[in-house]
Amino acid sequence: MRIDPMAQGPVLRLSGITKRFGGLIANDGISLSLARGEVVALLGENGAGKTTLMNILFGHYTADAGTVEVMGQTLPPGQPGAALKAGVGMVHQHFTLADNLTVLDNVLLGTRPLLSLSSGRSAARARLAQLAQDFGLAVNPDARVATLSVGERQRVEILKALYRDARILILDEPTAVLTPQEADALFDTLRRMTQQGLSVIFISHKLHEVMAISSRVLVLRHGRLVGETATAQTDRHQLATLMVGAEITAPAPAKARPGATLLKLDKVSTARQGNRPGLEQITMELRAGQILGLAGVSGNGQGALADLLCGLDSPTEGSLTIAGTTPQAWSPRAALDHRIGRIPEDRHKTGTIADFTLTENAVLESYAAGGGWMNWRAARAATAGIIDKYDIRCPGPDTRIRLLSGGNMQKLILGRVLETTPRIILANQPVRGLDIGAVTYVQEQLIAARDAGAAILLISEDLDEILSLSDSIRVISQGRLSPDFPRGTKTPTELGQWMAGQGFDHAA
Amino acid sequence: MRLEPIAAPSPARTFAPPAIAIAATIAVAALLAALAGANPAQTLGLILKGAAGSKFAALETLNRATPLIFTGLAVAVAFRARLWNIGAEAQLYAGALLTVLIGTQGLPGPLALPLMALGAILAGALVLLGPVILKTRLGVDEVVTTLLLNFVMALLISYLLEGPLKDPMGMGWPKSPSLPRDTRLPRIIDGLRLHWGFALALICAASVWVMQTRTTLGYEIRAVGLNPDAARFAGIPVTRVLLKTALISGGLAALAGFSEVAGLKGNLTTDLSANFGYTGIVVAMLALLHPLGVVISALFVAGIFVGADSMSRAAEVPTYIADLLLACALLFMVLAILLTRFRVVRG
Repeated sequence: MRIDPMAQGPVLRLSGITKRFGGLIANDGISLSLARGEVVALLGENGAGKTTLMNILFGHYTADAGTVEVMGQTLPPGQPGAALKAGVGMVHQHFTLADNLTVLDNVLLGTRPLLSLSSGRSAARARLAQLAQDFGLAVNPDARVATLSVGERQRVEILKALYRDARILILDEPTAVLTPQEADALFDTLRRMTQQGLSVIFISHKLHEVMAISSRVLVLRHGRLVGETATAQTDRHQLATLMVGAEITAPAPAKARPGATLLKLDKVSTARQGNRPGLEQITMELRAGQILGLAGVSGNGQGALADLLCGLDSPTEGSLTIAGTTPQAWSPRAALDHRIGRIPEDRHKTGTIADFTLTENAVLESYAAGGGWMNWRAARAATAGIIDKYDIRCPGPDTRIRLLSGGNMQKLILGRVLETTPRIILANQPVRGLDIGAVTYVQEQLIAARDAGAAILLISEDLDEILSLSDSIRVISQGRLSPDFPRGTKTPTELGQWMAGQGFDHAA
Repeated sequence: MRLEPIAAPSPARTFAPPAIAIAATIAVAALLAALAGANPAQTLGLILKGAAGSKFAALETLNRATPLIFTGLAVAVAFRARLWNIGAEAQLYAGALLTVLIGTQGLPGPLALPLMALGAILAGALVLLGPVILKTRLGVDEVVTTLLLNFVMALLISYLLEGPLKDPMGMGWPKSPSLPRDTRLPRIIDGLRLHWGFALALICAASVWVMQTRTTLGYEIRAVGLNPDAARFAGIPVTRVLLKTALISGGLAALAGFSEVAGLKGNLTTDLSANFGYTGIVVAMLALLHPLGVVISALFVAGIFVGADSMSRAAEVPTYIADLLLACALLFMVLAILLTRFRVVRG
């Protein structure tokens, strides 16, 4: 459906959308309208109902009440194709591209009838080139997607939507995988799109981006629309308070007093695994009483470094020294025995076992102490202690952990790690996906552990988090490590250049 | 129509679906009997009577349940670790083979019986160890390897019984020499046709239950089964746990062979097992992989087979009604379990 340039009123209107999952109200009477040429930011913590709302718009869920209108026409509920046909495109946080196909093929995928004889590729190529030029989305149409950077892949996703005549584009956390510079380029593209009459819904929880790009902000909390305001008439502080429902203060760590070197990597390399780069000749130290922040764009070797410190991967060359000793054999068990506490990146897949109870999860790393027999009584008592001390909201130690929220799950992992008073703590994306209350809590606990003398490696893709918590920062790019930048010596822009891979050649 | 998970199922939701599953199975049985031209109520009565209606019938059911408890336990232990052991049949025959080989060496009974059991356990464990090593080293799917080993083992047994192991006194039948009297499992009570294999099966069930709930190995097995990535991350030696699981599972299945040969048949033939290895999967699934539940479901399954046997003689309904009933019971139970965990919602 092509837009009628004379169209009046909103291009998209959601009215009174309500959706329940069992006893939980995911969306409670949410109304939203989007005008032509407008960027509306949808702000809210994880679990606030943003994704559910978008799933209803796209027909993946059927709302219990409410209607979706695109260009004045009501969409039939529960039909996933309807929104696409009506001109709504979505760029998901996790891209939906076929890695083994070219950019052009990815864009064409699903747009042509299965049995058509003419491929129409040359016409398609011309149109794609035109779109790319109009919106500043330069990408080689014949490159295979597997060879593209994350930023380029995102451009392909946007081109895909534009090629399908999308007049409304929904972007779900689009900057999570970008460097600050790439994010700026994305904003530039979005501005061009709105100038040409497209409308954008920008889903995010990063306040400064919302302030930079949107003309209107809608704030969701616990499934309700709690605020709607023109961006110009609000500020970050007010939005944050709306989003959380309370005043929040970010933790401000006191100055660190670094002690002895507890972990040392000397020219360590690890093997590449599929698309994931390995480490290349990395040399670094972790010192007691210090948080080292590792910044970088997702997929640049953070996983390889985390796996190395967790014991899941071993160096192919170079040496690993822990508190002066070099471990004979390296494994997760050996890492634990050397008192490395590990907070894994994915708390659902590697941090916990969903169908285990809190007790069973709490003893995952320490169960073997009883010489072949489980001491359930002691385990349950210890877990009850962790539940108390770390304020885990749950019915009790015998609850299956799958029933807990992400924040409470993370608190259990945190308790499991910190109760062993580790010398070294690997915190891999410790607050990703948590609501702000839990974020503050986890960060405060990490700072407390630092002050108690632990050496902490904090891996995060959120530069703001790195900047606020780290005593010292390094950037990882393509498996290479930047020099050590003490707190306050580099601006986000300068770090962004390192994240994009600039500077390494001179440093090496 | 979609399925939504239920966070905390109510007691009614926990117990009603299995009860409905049992009722549905009985209804299907009645329908099948009617289709076969018999009186449904009478047929069901005959099955019940044949399974438990007399001392003789009940003992027959217990005897039939014995190998099923072993194979059911073997499957339940392995499936807990997501180790899909479909080869209990092969492990059973390996156990039976070693039982006969050791039992016919002329050793005195009290020495021979423990050796026979031990040999059987080792043989069964070894048969499963191969596929598990292939799985952990090379990623070969154990469903395929354990399943195919059943046929390899069946052919090997067939060759041995036609050749080197053939009983010279067997009038040409393909069977092994018989075990001497003193190397057979004695009866639990004189005069009643029930041997110590049944008691051994109960002891195994209790031991597996203790192993699963009280020992670190049981905890490791469950962790590896539910989430191998998290288990490996937590420092659990996943490969070693799978190998240990294989030894236990293969050993348990082999004890079915030991118990059938030393307790009941006295020799090895190609029809020693009436698909006990495969039926063990049904037994374990019906028991939701719970070792004590395995005992109950083995008795239920054995009862249906024995009861249907006896009923078919009286009511002229074919015995394969037993297979149909088991299949229905399993399907209904799987659906029932789904309904205890999910609710069906529209849209």
